[in-house]
Amino acid sequence: MNLSLHSSPHMRTSNRVNRIMLLVIGALIPGILAAIHFFGWGVLINITLAVFTAVATEALMLRLRKRPITPFLLDGSAVVTGILLGVAIPSLAPWWIPVLGAAFALIMAKHLYGGLGYNPFNPAMVGYAMLLIAFPREMTLWLTPAVHDLTFVDNLRYTFLEQLPPNWTLDGLTAATPLDAVKTQLAQNLTLTEIHQGSTELFGAISAHGWEWINLLFMLGGLILIYLRVISWHIPLAMLATLFLVSGLFHLNDPDTFTSPLFHLFSGATMLGAFFIATDPVTAAATNRGRIIFGIGIGLLLYIIRTWGGYPDAVAFAVLLMNMAVPTIDYYTRPRVFGESRD
Amino acid sequence: MMEYALILVSTVLVNNFVLVKFLGLCPFMGVSRKLETATGMALATTFVLTLSSISSYLVNEYLLTPFGLEYLRTISFILVIAVVVQFTEMLVHKTSPLLYQVLGIFLPLITTNCAVLGVALLNVQTEHGFIESALYGFGAALGFSLVLILFAAMRERLAVADVPEIFRGPSIALITAGLMSMAFMGFAGLVRG
Repeated sequence: MNLSLHSSPHMRTSNRVNRIMLLVIGALIPGILAAIHFFGWGVLINITLAVFTAVATEALMLRLRKRPITPFLLDGSAVVTGILLGVAIPSLAPWWIPVLGAAFALIMAKHLYGGLGYNPFNPAMVGYAMLLIAFPREMTLWLTPAVHDLTFVDNLRYTFLEQLPPNWTLDGLTAATPLDAVKTQLAQNLTLTEIHQGSTELFGAISAHGWEWINLLFMLGGLILIYLRVISWHIPLAMLATLFLVSGLFHLNDPDTFTSPLFHLFSGATMLGAFFIATDPVTAAATNRGRIIFGIGIGLLLYIIRTWGGYPDAVAFAVLLMNMAVPTIDYYTRPRVFGESRD
Repeated sequence: MMEYALILVSTVLVNNFVLVKFLGLCPFMGVSRKLETATGMALATTFVLTLSSISSYLVNEYLLTPFGLEYLRTISFILVIAVVVQFTEMLVHKTSPLLYQVLGIFLPLITTNCAVLGVALLNVQTEHGFIESALYGFGAALGFSLVLILFAAMRERLAVADVPEIFRGPSIALITAGLMSMAFMGFAGLVRG
C-alpha cells in the first residue's frame, strides 16, 4: 500500500457543484442542437420555458423555506433539471406542459425533500412521468423528423396560442416516434421485415431516423463527461450493456418480433438516460458495486417496459423505479469497514 | 405454466396491492420506519397472506359453496384470517422472540390488513382455482414485501433529510408513496387484464 505523504504546495482544483453542472450543460449541447435540427425550434422553446420555470420555482421555494437564495440558485442544478425536462418533452407541446412539469419537478421532487442532495427521485423524470400520465395526448405530439418547415414564429404561435399556420394540421405534422410506431405495428401482428418495408421513413442508417443522430451526439457528450471524471462509467456501461445483451438475445432468438439491439440503443431517450439522467449523483447508488446493480436494473426495466409494457419508451419509469431501490441497494452494498468480519 | 408466471408478474408489479390497488396501507405506513422491522413484517405478512389465501379458498370451495352459505363469505374469511394470524403469532413467539418483540402490536394487526381480506375476496371474485389462489396470495405478499422494504429504506434516509418543518414525518412519507405509485404506473399494460 502506498502511504507516502506529499508536502505542500498541493495543487487545488475547484470541483464545485456549479462547475459540474456547467460541464453537464456543455455536454448536453451537441445532442440538443441535433434535436433542434430534427424537431424544430419547439425544442428550444420547451427548454427555455422549463429552465425559466425551474429557476423561478427554485427561487420561490428557497424563499419559502427561508434559505439563502443566490448561492443555491447559482449552483445550476435547477437549470440542468429544466434542460433535461425540456429535451424530453415533444417539440409541439403547449406552453403549460413544460411550465407545469418543471414546477412539479422542483416543488414535489426536490424542495419538499429538502433541496439538492436529499431528493430520492430524479426531479426531471418525476416531472416527465407526471406529464406523461396526466397529459398523454400532448406528450405524444412529436414532429416528423426533419421534413417540416415550421418557422420559429410558427412554432412560438403554436406553443402559446395553439394555432397552426393555415392549411397545416397536427396530423400532417406529427408522427408516432419510431419506438411507438414499431410497437403499434408489432401489436397488429406484422413482422419486423414487413415494418421495415412498409415504413422506411422510420429507419435511419443504424437505428431510428433522426433519433440515431440525437442519441449519438448525447453519447458523445456523455463520453466527454466520463473523460472529465464528472460522471463514472459504471452506470452508463452497466445500463447500455444490459440493454444490448437482453435485446440481442431476444433479437437473435426471434428477429421478426424483437427489434435489434442497435435500434434500442440509438432510439428514444436511451443515451440521454444512460449518460445524463441515470448518472445524477444525488439519486443514483453511491458505491461502484451499487452503481452497476443500479445500471443493470435500469437496462432490464427499460427493455421489459419497452417490449411488453404499455409505454413505447420507459427511461423515465425505469430510472424512477430504480431510484426507489437506491437506498436498499446502498444498504446492502456498503463497503466493509476495515476489520469488520465478512458476514 | 405461462399463466402462473403472469399471475405472479401481475400481482407483484402491475397490480401491486399497495401502490396500485391501495390496499394494506396501514402496515405500509406504520411499520416502515426501520428496515429491520419492515423486513420482519414483510416475512410475517408473506406467510399469513399465502396461508390465508389457501385456507379461505378451501373454506369457500368445500364449506360455503356446497351448503349455499355464500352470504357468510366476508365474516368467515375474517375468522379464517384471524386464526391464521394467531397461528403465525404463536409460531413467531416460539421461534424468534426477538422478532416477536420488534413486531409487537403490528403482528396481530395483520388481521386488519385489508390486503389480506382483499386477496381472499378477489380470489373468489376472479374464480381462481387452488394453485392460482395460492400464487395470487403469494404474489400479493411478494409485491407488498418488495414495496415495504424499499419504502422503509427510503424512509430511513428521509429521517435525516432537510425536509421543511410542516412536511416532516407522515406527510413526506405519503408524498413519497405517491411518487412511488407514479413510478409503478410504468408497469401498466405489462399484463393484459
